[in-house]
Amino acid sequence: MTTLRDLTLDDIESLAVGAWILGTGGGGSSYLGLLNMRALYAEGHHVQLMDPADLLDEDWVAAVSNMGAPLVGQERLTDSRTIARAVGLMEDHTGIRFRGIMALEIGGGNGIQPLMAAAHLKRPVVDADMMGRAYPEAQMTSVAVGNLQPYPLSTVDCRGLESVVQKVPTWKWMERVSRKICTEYGSIASTCKAPRTGAEVKQWGILGTTTKAITIGHAVREAQRRHDDPIAAILAVEPGKILYRGKVVDVERRATEGFLRGRTRFDGMDDWRGSTLELDFQNEWIVARQDGEAIAMSPDLICVLDSVSGEAVGTETIRYGQRVTVIALHAPPVFLSPKGLTHVGPRAFAYDLDFKSVFAS
Amino acid sequence: MRRIGIDVGGTNTDAVLIEDGRVTGAVKAPTTEDVTSGILDALARLTATGVVSGKRIDGVMIGTTHFINAVVQRRHLSRVAALRIGLPSGASLPPFCDWPSDLAALVRGGVWMVEGGHEYDGRLFMPLDVAAITEAARAMKAQGLKAVAISSVFSPLDPTHEHQAAAIVAAENPGAIITCSSELGRIGLLERENAGLLNAALADLARETIDAFERAIRDSRISAPLFITQNDGTVAEASQAMKLPVYSFASGATNSMRGAAYLSGLDDAMVADVGGTTTDIGQLRQGFPREANSVVQVGGVRTLFRMPDLLSFGLGGGSHVRLDPLGIGPVSTGYRLMRDGIAFGGSQLTTTDIAVAAGVLSLGDKARVAHLDEATCTRVFGEARRMVEEAIDRMKTEAGDVPLIAVGGGAFLIPDQVEGISKVVRVANGDCANAVGAAIAQVSGECDQIFRDLTRNAAIESAQTIAADRAVSAGADRKTLKTIETEDMPIAYLPGNSLRVRVRVVGDVASVA
Repeated sequence: MTTLRDLTLDDIESLAVGAWILGTGGGGSSYLGLLNMRALYAEGHHVQLMDPADLLDEDWVAAVSNMGAPLVGQERLTDSRTIARAVGLMEDHTGIRFRGIMALEIGGGNGIQPLMAAAHLKRPVVDADMMGRAYPEAQMTSVAVGNLQPYPLSTVDCRGLESVVQKVPTWKWMERVSRKICTEYGSIASTCKAPRTGAEVKQWGILGTTTKAITIGHAVREAQRRHDDPIAAILAVEPGKILYRGKVVDVERRATEGFLRGRTRFDGMDDWRGSTLELDFQNEWIVARQDGEAIAMSPDLICVLDSVSGEAVGTETIRYGQRVTVIALHAPPVFLSPKGLTHVGPRAFAYDLDFKSVFAS
Repeated sequence: MRRIGIDVGGTNTDAVLIEDGRVTGAVKAPTTEDVTSGILDALARLTATGVVSGKRIDGVMIGTTHFINAVVQRRHLSRVAALRIGLPSGASLPPFCDWPSDLAALVRGGVWMVEGGHEYDGRLFMPLDVAAITEAARAMKAQGLKAVAISSVFSPLDPTHEHQAAAIVAAENPGAIITCSSELGRIGLLERENAGLLNAALADLARETIDAFERAIRDSRISAPLFITQNDGTVAEASQAMKLPVYSFASGATNSMRGAAYLSGLDDAMVADVGGTTTDIGQLRQGFPREANSVVQVGGVRTLFRMPDLLSFGLGGGSHVRLDPLGIGPVSTGYRLMRDGIAFGGSQLTTTDIAVAAGVLSLGDKARVAHLDEATCTRVFGEARRMVEEAIDRMKTEAGDVPLIAVGGGAFLIPDQVEGISKVVRVANGDCANAVGAAIAQVSGECDQIFRDLTRNAAIESAQTIAADRAVSAGADRKTLKTIETEDMPIAYLPGNSLRVRVRVVGDVASVA
């Protein structure tokens, strides 16, 4: 017997805050997705959340995300129907009927995309994703670590453009070909990734991440309301640790090979006075060095939070003088295997570092 | 150069005369409900000092919070027709979609969305739907909507669709007052559109208010052009400011900081503006306040504006003082200081009473505060110092010591030695720094767009040329232009080495000759 949980609009407000935190600096703001959901709920739509354990092995699940430059998304505002069309195109192309819809990445705006598709298509959202955070590329997923089939992939834009990538040999090829299509669309596209069976989701999905994002977001919003410490509130609901407190003294950005790369430097405050933190990013926060020594790195989640509001600070928006608290959260176990680390460990981002978890004693 | 600067604050309307770089007159008058009579009063007091008579005045620069107050208090707002060009994108997020419902109910006159707009690289997103715009313009006319706000996808890069639409609306609906979002800059459609909608809602009020300012100047027998000061410490000619009232939203705080820079001769420093209730701490870079580079809420509406980055906290000349346990503010006597403070015969202990007891200020009756001994005064000043040092540390972005300029009526609360500060600078006329900031305001031009396939230097140079041309067309003297801000940001995922460049230049107001 499948039990579906009704998501309230308040849950979705929390999801927007929590997804932005799990975005580890990237994934784009969830604000426009949240506005779309408010509008959909005002029109009487609603969304239900499905436990992946309730999927039958032979069910099909759609994994969706928006692809492209966040800046383009700030002008070509997301229409909630576009992501639903990407799912519809995949169904038309493959003849599959999806039981539910899940996120490719829970981090940032893409954590809300499946809710928009679910509202229009009247299917549940499956409580899982394939990153547990945000990452920039198609091969940086749990299903790529699991060597699952990378194709087909559908991409649509709001003008009615539709493409299907029918076959590619690897996830990296999927990244290259789909990125090209996205660029031609104007650097923004809604995508439905290779369909997944219920069995695949249960084995390779990162489970419960929608609920995790809602829980984290709820803790932050409650702390804001009560004027409590939002950072402590997050760590009360999600295991993790505080790495550093400080203020931004330098931000250096450069674009290379489609990434926003750069480094942010912080001067310590409170217990960290006199010590310097350097945080390197490639769309997301990747490596943290305190006084020259690497203290945290991908796939551990490095989250930079506004010290007062507890809300996430992104790599595109971080600026001089901001007061932040840097925390680390646990990486999904699938990324900690030797194969997982070849996909998302420090060497996948060209760092000559062996992964050492910030949580290793 | 001889200019009058006027700052219309919450409590006082300050006016100063600046001649050849010196403040030769400074007066205060109470701010009035209708704003204009306060200005008339201030100008009358300034004229009465004799400094103005028989002299040619080059300009009157007014800073006012009138427009932002109209939004916050939901008063004097016009109903607006919103025309957005950009379908089929964004259809599910129409104009006004993230406004507070009470404000939307007052301002939303109608919403029209049509096809058109551009891509990030200047390509056409969709052809402009001229027929739909014509139809929308006729509907606006039929509904009696005169205030029109037009927005288009990527219009900061290419405003032609907004301009074509504005021409169609003007032809169909003569007398329409049109705001194009591209005039308000910045990438981020929703926030830019919101700024445009607020601007259109203020169109009538702006015209009436600025007309009234001009009458007040004429009635004061001053013959000089009127300028309105902007959020970024520059001015716009009255005719221009009338079209873009949102640009003067936060000019008060900016004027104080600019005035502090001018009076001290320092271009790079921290500023503490200590009023009756709060202290504002900001940072000057090349004589201009460092800007808050993020979304700003105005009356509950998300917008992108050039706003100074300020930290406000409850320390002022009227702040309540508690001795056990020791504490200052945030509650303040405000304008009732001269009645409620102990030195003035009242019963509320304030920071001013402490300063009178310590001999720092000569105000009121010192005998009434004789019971406050030296140790008590030292403790209270120590607490004020702790509050100031904490705020300075929060706002400072460099490690070394920097100078601090202390202005405002409560500047006595800033000690001479402050951690992280090389020296505390106090200036004559510091209590009128805001009006001085208005009087010395310059004209600016800005460019914020994406450049492709150019070297970084070439892209910045192109942006500088565009910004300079905009400053000149806004009334700046080209010979005096200087670039005060350059920021470049490579854009992830966009091909062709895309670089977003933001440049701002400023120059002196060109002489009317």
